[in-house]
Amino acid sequence: MLQEGTIMNKIIVCVKPVPDPKHWNKVSMDPETKTLKREGIPNIINPLDKYALEAALALRESHGGEVVLLSMAPPFAKTTIREGLAMGADRAVLLSDRVFAGSDSLATAKILAAGCRLIGDFDIVLCGNLSIDGSTAQICSQLAEMLDIPNVMHVVGLEESTESNLVITQKIENGYVRLASGFPVVLSVRKELNKPRYIPFTGILAAESKEITMLSNKDLCVDPECVGLAGSPTKMAGLEVRKFERKKEKLEGTVNDIVEKLVEKIYQCGVIEC
Amino acid sequence: MEFAFTEREEMLRKAVREFAEAEIPPKMEAMEETGEFPMDLLKPMAQVGITGIITLPEFGGVGMGYVARTIVLEELGRVCAAFPMALQVHHMACAALNDFGTEDQKKTYLPALAAGETMGVVAVTEPSGGSDLVGTKTTAQLKGDKYILNGRKCFITNSHLSDFWIVIAKTGEGAKGLSAFIVDKDTPGAKLGRKENKFGLRGANTGELVFDNCEVSKENLIGQEGQGLTVALKTISETGRTGMAATALGILQAVYEEAGKFANERVLYGKPISTLQAIQFFMAEIYTQLDLCRLLNYRANWMKDQNMRCDTETGMAKYYTCNAAVEAAKKAIEIHGSYGIMKEYAIQRLFRDAMVTVPAGGTAEVAKIGIGRAALAPFKK
Repeated sequence: MLQEGTIMNKIIVCVKPVPDPKHWNKVSMDPETKTLKREGIPNIINPLDKYALEAALALRESHGGEVVLLSMAPPFAKTTIREGLAMGADRAVLLSDRVFAGSDSLATAKILAAGCRLIGDFDIVLCGNLSIDGSTAQICSQLAEMLDIPNVMHVVGLEESTESNLVITQKIENGYVRLASGFPVVLSVRKELNKPRYIPFTGILAAESKEITMLSNKDLCVDPECVGLAGSPTKMAGLEVRKFERKKEKLEGTVNDIVEKLVEKIYQCGVIEC
Repeated sequence: MEFAFTEREEMLRKAVREFAEAEIPPKMEAMEETGEFPMDLLKPMAQVGITGIITLPEFGGVGMGYVARTIVLEELGRVCAAFPMALQVHHMACAALNDFGTEDQKKTYLPALAAGETMGVVAVTEPSGGSDLVGTKTTAQLKGDKYILNGRKCFITNSHLSDFWIVIAKTGEGAKGLSAFIVDKDTPGAKLGRKENKFGLRGANTGELVFDNCEVSKENLIGQEGQGLTVALKTISETGRTGMAATALGILQAVYEEAGKFANERVLYGKPISTLQAIQFFMAEIYTQLDLCRLLNYRANWMKDQNMRCDTETGMAKYYTCNAAVEAAKKAIEIHGSYGIMKEYAIQRLFRDAMVTVPAGGTAEVAKIGIGRAALAPFKK
């Protein structure tokens, strides 16, 4: 990945607590706020974020440095964030403030960018390519733009290099691109990149004494007009819960009429070709 | 009184479940067909901490205790009960060495067990049975600085998967005439016997060990000569019974999930059968048994973690949970109807697995002798 002996600075990994897909049958929509109703649904770390964390831990094992988790979420997300610490991250920063509620991807990226600046002195910001709840896949590019640094999405490989930079394999339509990048850089990863490690039990014990720093907007000083619902240009135009029902039609007439109509309909549907 | 699991315990459950659900299912078909335990998963399990869950950190383990171990075994058992069966016996070897071994024995064997370099084995049962410990026939005769072992052990879990075995043998007469030994499998005179062909817990290896003038160094004696009964009883009572009970608890959880899923998916009279009161009664009984058994198991293991005497409680957890798993699996088969006896459905495997937990690790009747004694103790004149 990097020249042997290169010591890295901080590696920030953005992690998002998302509703556990095993409980998605309990997730409903709030027609008023047009948001997901998540009460009572357990959270997990967004699965692709674990691949980003694995990449960060592997980099730290080869080149040192500190792996810092960064998340924007309500305070109860601490439990989920601690799982990332149990996997091996050194510490976590949780950005939590009522004014952040309802932020779309642009507003979220502004908040995360402020968090990155506050952590400071980082070489890489790693994210999952997309989250399983929102699935916008916009944060990586927006975050890089706000930090004014390069970004690469769809990362499937981080390879050996003779120089002090990263050689990145990016998945594109119909192929791959190999890129070299200096630091700092924002990367978002796909699951082809690695296999995230399981949480070791020793990690669970170690995570209990690792620090989760809670920061509010008083610390970040982002313009409140630029975050939350007010600062989010994405406006939900409408919300429709799709109902899937079998089409029903009652055929009337004599038995012969019904059979004739039925056969005609079967042909119309293309079940039997003429 | 606190009934909730701690955040640590909840995270442990989540971590084991993630491992078990990802790594075990691809192995299960071969385990059922061949009766072989997938040894290639031993190291990955060690990396997570499963093999060394009760072993102290200074000997390479995690040292999280017995409530944590029960969470681990229950979660593994929920996916495939052959795993906790094999691992609970592995833990028995760890416990015997930890409780009675010398520093040298602990340093030699415990790190290897925690690192998943080998499986642990405790060999007590003989062809004449496992309940009558004092009637053990395998002998260990002291000649010079060596014990000469002769005899046969049967129904030994992990027998063919381990580099060394903890063996109970007769060095004298009566209750103080038993001793415990570490026997390396390559010792001349130590042989592997037949592999058993069980109808349940098929992926857990069970077999025979044979000792034919097998010379074992005096240094391999665990504890003192004559302490074998204590080694066996403490290990079986605290680690073996709790392990078997946790295995059955995992089966019970799986039974509940399979039954609930099927009852909600199977449509009769235009509605899922879960809307029928007859099925709801079955589910209520399974759910209650699951809850009862969970309380019994975690209470007994909590007592062990508090260094409290817990032989009565482990006995209750073992006998009740194993029987409950069988009863619940039978009810779940009835919910499934004819599908329940088809190999395509998991419930038949759960029934077979549950049945094997009943005699394994001490029968219900032997456990009840101890429980009965405790029940009548306050009335003794």
